[in-house]
Amino acid sequence: MQVPAQVEYEKASSVSHALSLLARYGPEARILAGGHSLIPMMKLRLAQPEVLVDVNGLADLRFIRVAGGELRIGTLTTHAQLLDSALAAGHFAILRDAERVIADPIVREWGTVGGSLCQADPSEDLSAAFAALKGTMIIAGPGGKREVSAREFHTGPYETVVGPVEMLTEVRLPVKAGAGTAYVKVSRRAGDWPVGAAGAALWLDRAGVITDAGIGLTALGAQHFVAAEAEDYLRGRRPGPEAFAEAGAIAAANCRPAADQRGPEDYKRHLAGELTRRALAVAARRAGWGEGTGLGERTP
Amino acid sequence: MKITMYVNGSEHARDVEPRMLLIHFIRDELGLTGSHWGCDTSNCGACVMWLDEVPVKSCTVLAVMADGRRVTTVEGLARGTRLDPVQQGFTACHGLQCGFCTPGMMMTARWLLDHNPAPTETDVREAISGQVCRCTGYQNIVKSVLWAAAHEGDA
Ligand SMILES: Cc1cc2nc3c(=O)[nH]c(=O)nc-3n(C[C@H](O)[C@H](O)[C@H](O)COP(=O)(O)OP(=O)(O)OC[C@H]3O[C@@H](n4cnc5c(N)ncnc54)[C@H](O)[C@@H]3O)c2cc1C
Ligand code: FES
Ligand code: FES
Repeated sequence: MQVPAQVEYEKASSVSHALSLLARYGPEARILAGGHSLIPMMKLRLAQPEVLVDVNGLADLRFIRVAGGELRIGTLTTHAQLLDSALAAGHFAILRDAERVIADPIVREWGTVGGSLCQADPSEDLSAAFAALKGTMIIAGPGGKREVSAREFHTGPYETVVGPVEMLTEVRLPVKAGAGTAYVKVSRRAGDWPVGAAGAALWLDRAGVITDAGIGLTALGAQHFVAAEAEDYLRGRRPGPEAFAEAGAIAAANCRPAADQRGPEDYKRHLAGELTRRALAVAARRAGWGEGTGLGERTP
Repeated sequence: MKITMYVNGSEHARDVEPRMLLIHFIRDELGLTGSHWGCDTSNCGACVMWLDEVPVKSCTVLAVMADGRRVTTVEGLARGTRLDPVQQGFTACHGLQCGFCTPGMMMTARWLLDHNPAPTETDVREAISGQVCRCTGYQNIVKSVLWAAAHEGDA
């Protein structure tokens, strides 16, 4: 039987109230969002916070909207809400691709976008998706709000730049013309964490040249969840099977997957290359490239 | 901490430790043992009940998180002596063997049908994809839910 250790519990009524509770109780206080990562960790005694600050009442952090040329997602948005959002999928199909395969329908009703990102598990799917989309994180603290690039948000496994008296409130994703995005994941069974996954974003100009590329890798030992060398390779090139295969090979060569119960290192490295290639092919097609070429049409 | 919950329509007030999980509150404090406690790791779904109108794996939330809210368990599915169509479907289609997974499966099935009255087989399989039947009676569980969908309006 797994039971959390003794803990105190406070309900926050606003962001500033949550921050003042965090300040009052000090570094052993933790934000409780959906609890679907934190409570399992507490049951295993891998986490032993002294105080939980429940932020589920902060309805103003549950939103998905477009403003200032960005898709903005409040951090209390649940996986299910993001999955169901036609607005989000309309701009970035990668979000629907990823959400369809994050956990199961029941867990998705409770797990939140902010909890996913702040948990900072190297296998967390949204971290790679937001890195591919070159998002910006909005963090609220006692002195006001600050912005951090999605690519600088994670400082290591289970570590982020969010300080003890801070809270992630929003993710902002730049909306630019010519975008196509996709996410492809391999897991052992339905609803499981990834063995490996790749997210891709491509921005094409009118001549069909790649003006920018974003590639995120999940659970594959990529620094900051990003395949930066493969992105550099693609910028300025034309989409195509050879370019995508080469980008995949570069991504595979530059990541450092670790063997674990989900698979050996060489298999994961193979996945890094192959899933990058597939995600790029689907992203390019969604950006309007190569109608009818057949490339990527059989991939999920 | 003092909490009040509305479980299957009745109000219950208790003083609980914040670390108490919802499944233990429902089973041990209220004696409603219909909801089962299985894997304890958020994977099997035997503990699924509703918090307000949303199913939750109740081994993965604290009882205090349900303070002031409505909880519905499998005991709350029937209307008096009239079984819910989902319960009738499990009876008609042999939807259970040992019955351990059944309460969670039924609560998820009811939620699915409330949102999607005419699900396809794929919809049903997707809905229960976070739940495990150790007797592996999935075929009949899916049939039971589809039976319920087809008989929803029957008197
Ligand atoms: C059975 C199961 C399967 C899963 N499968 C997958 C999967 O395939 N892919 C995947 O990506 N995820 C998976 N998950 C994880 C799921 O996505 C996360 O549990 C969930 O999104 C975390 O969000 P939460 O709201 O539950 O966070 P919580 O558990 O409440 O919090 C997690 C951490 O983030 C901190 N935190 C939360 N919100 C904030 C905030 N706004 N600001 C600062 N800190 C904050 C908390 O203090 C805590 O340290 C799975 C979970 C389960 C239980
Ligand atoms: S006991 Fe809760 S999911 Fe298995
Ligand atoms: S009927 Fe035995 S676990 Fe499903």
